[in-house]
Amino acid sequence: MSAEAHHAEPGFFRKYLFSTDHKMIAMQYLFTGMIMAVIGGYLAYVFRMQLAYPSQQVPGYGVVSPNEYNSLVTMHGTIMIFWVAMPVLLAAFGNFLIPLMIGCDDMAFPRINRLSYQVFFLSAVVLLASFLVQGGAFGGAWTSYPPLSAKGAYNLTPVGASMWLVAVALEFVAFLLGGINFVVTTMNGRAPGMKMYDIPIVVWMIVLATIMFMFSVGPLIAGAVMLLFDQLLGTGFYDPGRGGDPLLWQHLFWFFGHPEVYVVLLPALGIVAEVVAVFARKKLFGYKTILHTAWAVWVLSFVVWAHHQFVAGIDPRMANVFSITTLLISIPLAEMVFVYIATLYGGSIRLATPMLWALAFMAEFLIGGVTGIFLGASGTDIYFHDTYFVVAHFHYTFVPIAIIAVFAGLTYWYPKMFGRMLNETLGKIHFWGSIITFNVIFIPLFITGTAGDQRRIYSYAQFAEQARPALQHLRVVSTLALLVFIAFQLIFVFNFLWSLRHGQRAEANPWMANTLEWTVPSPPPHGNFADMPTVYRGPYEYATPGRREDFWPQNVPN
Amino acid sequence: MTEAAAHGAHPPGFAHQFEDMQQQREAGNLGMWVFLVTEILFFGGMFTAYIVYRLLHYESFVTGSHLLEVKFGATNTYVLICSSLTMALAIRSAQTGKRKGQIIFWLILTMIFGALFLGLKFTFEWRHDYIEHIVPGFGFQYRPEWGSLGPGVQMFMCFYFFMTGMHAVHMIVGLGILTVLVIMTARNKFSPGYYAPLEISGLYWHFVDIVWIFLFALLYLIGGRY
Repeated sequence: MSAEAHHAEPGFFRKYLFSTDHKMIAMQYLFTGMIMAVIGGYLAYVFRMQLAYPSQQVPGYGVVSPNEYNSLVTMHGTIMIFWVAMPVLLAAFGNFLIPLMIGCDDMAFPRINRLSYQVFFLSAVVLLASFLVQGGAFGGAWTSYPPLSAKGAYNLTPVGASMWLVAVALEFVAFLLGGINFVVTTMNGRAPGMKMYDIPIVVWMIVLATIMFMFSVGPLIAGAVMLLFDQLLGTGFYDPGRGGDPLLWQHLFWFFGHPEVYVVLLPALGIVAEVVAVFARKKLFGYKTILHTAWAVWVLSFVVWAHHQFVAGIDPRMANVFSITTLLISIPLAEMVFVYIATLYGGSIRLATPMLWALAFMAEFLIGGVTGIFLGASGTDIYFHDTYFVVAHFHYTFVPIAIIAVFAGLTYWYPKMFGRMLNETLGKIHFWGSIITFNVIFIPLFITGTAGDQRRIYSYAQFAEQARPALQHLRVVSTLALLVFIAFQLIFVFNFLWSLRHGQRAEANPWMANTLEWTVPSPPPHGNFADMPTVYRGPYEYATPGRREDFWPQNVPN
Repeated sequence: MTEAAAHGAHPPGFAHQFEDMQQQREAGNLGMWVFLVTEILFFGGMFTAYIVYRLLHYESFVTGSHLLEVKFGATNTYVLICSSLTMALAIRSAQTGKRKGQIIFWLILTMIFGALFLGLKFTFEWRHDYIEHIVPGFGFQYRPEWGSLGPGVQMFMCFYFFMTGMHAVHMIVGLGILTVLVIMTARNKFSPGYYAPLEISGLYWHFVDIVWIFLFALLYLIGGRY
């Protein structure tokens, strides 16, 4: 680090666009993810308006055609999972936190890290450019099942479909490059004295998630190239007319796609663990329990994928096996949430904004988990499959992961990232507004889904067996709540930008936390640590009996 | 790191984020191994798809396999194994501090073997397949003796070109890496204390060779014709 300090201040482009500093790359991922979130939210607004007020003018868009509706829902799902949840939870928090929390100057391979963001940026450009090509963006659903996705005559977006595949494959390559860095840095670059069980939970979770991602994505990249060949070269890997089998894609996709849920869930659980311990002022209950349950989730997540295919024609005996593994995976996850609740017990809880978000995560994710039981058991899933019940269920998992936990992390580490405090009052208004409206959006969808509303339907009025006019008011309630939800996000954007300039200056350790990132100035300088820290204990020694202060930073000898 | 900088003792090739050379070398090796695991999964997905389809269309895949010329595959296997040996010798030369000319000699020889592999594949084998009309998408013709097996044979050829094509892409990337290594060697970047780029590139090169061994066995030899 000291050698770097002598270097001249780099120019604008080198500093912001071609930086190899892990903190700057984290910011690039964070801001790209936030911009993509705005786009993904806009898409949701347009198609929810279409569902509430079919075939009417949508302000800011126009009249939605059936093809455009398919593109809108496809791109909403794709963007929110691959270009919002992944870059923010894994890449932004991973890049920012791993070196700072384990006490090293930078990632092990800074230039590979920079390349990772550049490939990711390219993938985002390809994806967004597909809105402009003939036929528009891909409209074959974010799961891209063939033969719908393989033939332009079926999905009506021949160019968009191929661009979608290229963008997704590039995005995976970006995260493979970043993932190599995460794993190697954590295994190889820890500060002296930091043993495996002294690593903060969030770092463990991000690394476990990264390994999970890298172990599951390879077959899908191969499968994506095969699908691309089916689209462009006329091979028939997934074409039953030429000896292929569309089920192969479903297996390759979900072998990645289901671990992917846990790839974004684990970092979210890690963020919540950090926040809960700091704001309950209490040692994290069962550090090793959390780790072991995370490993159990890691292993089980590779053997649950076919629960997405219960109605796709797989052998019923296989359905039994996958039902059992799917129900099993809820056990370690439930145990993890119990550990967090036990951490709260007897703590002196400070209800600052990050803590509110962390508590909301536990409450809302619980609903997502419990409704998942109905879908994991093959008997009930056959009824619920492809209804709005599924939509509501996975939004009750993904919104807590990609929005609630991300807000917990952002409000908690904002002082470290930008050197200023966020406004607490605005933060609390934003919190309550978002949480209440989020529930009002999705609880009605459980009801319409149970009543039989199919997902990916452009206009219910056009299908006699789908119309159900009595449910229309619930569809409208959901849409209106979304409008209010979006309005409340403006408060966050304002708070975020205003506090960059005018927030109260943050000291090095405003939350009185133990982990190493709080020992350096806010924001940390290039090279992070002036002197290499030495680690003496685990990260969650709060309220230790006999100490005057209620926290005990990892690098303080006694 | 602070120590090393304070003493101004930067060994060649040393990056600032590491504590010492040992740590840097371990990081590089671990990184390449992690990358290779993802590569194994990538090829593993293809092999799994291939095996499933082989079980679904057994007769067709046997017929398809018999269309391939074992003499091409066997020659290329031999060429690749030789290239692995020369790659290992290049690393060994750097490790034991031999003249840079010797390292470059082994690297260039590795590149020649790699290029020979690709040359044989493209100009002899694939050209032969094209003339025989068994390249899907480029004048593929069903033969009367296949009967109803035709679509399955075409599927086998799709897998054959897809998998060997992906392998060839990895070979081309490998040749690019070797070119960079030759330039680095010529510029005296390596010494017995620092030859990590050679070592981890060697890992990659051997990995690509091993993938070919599996391809050769599963595409050419399987099917009980000998």
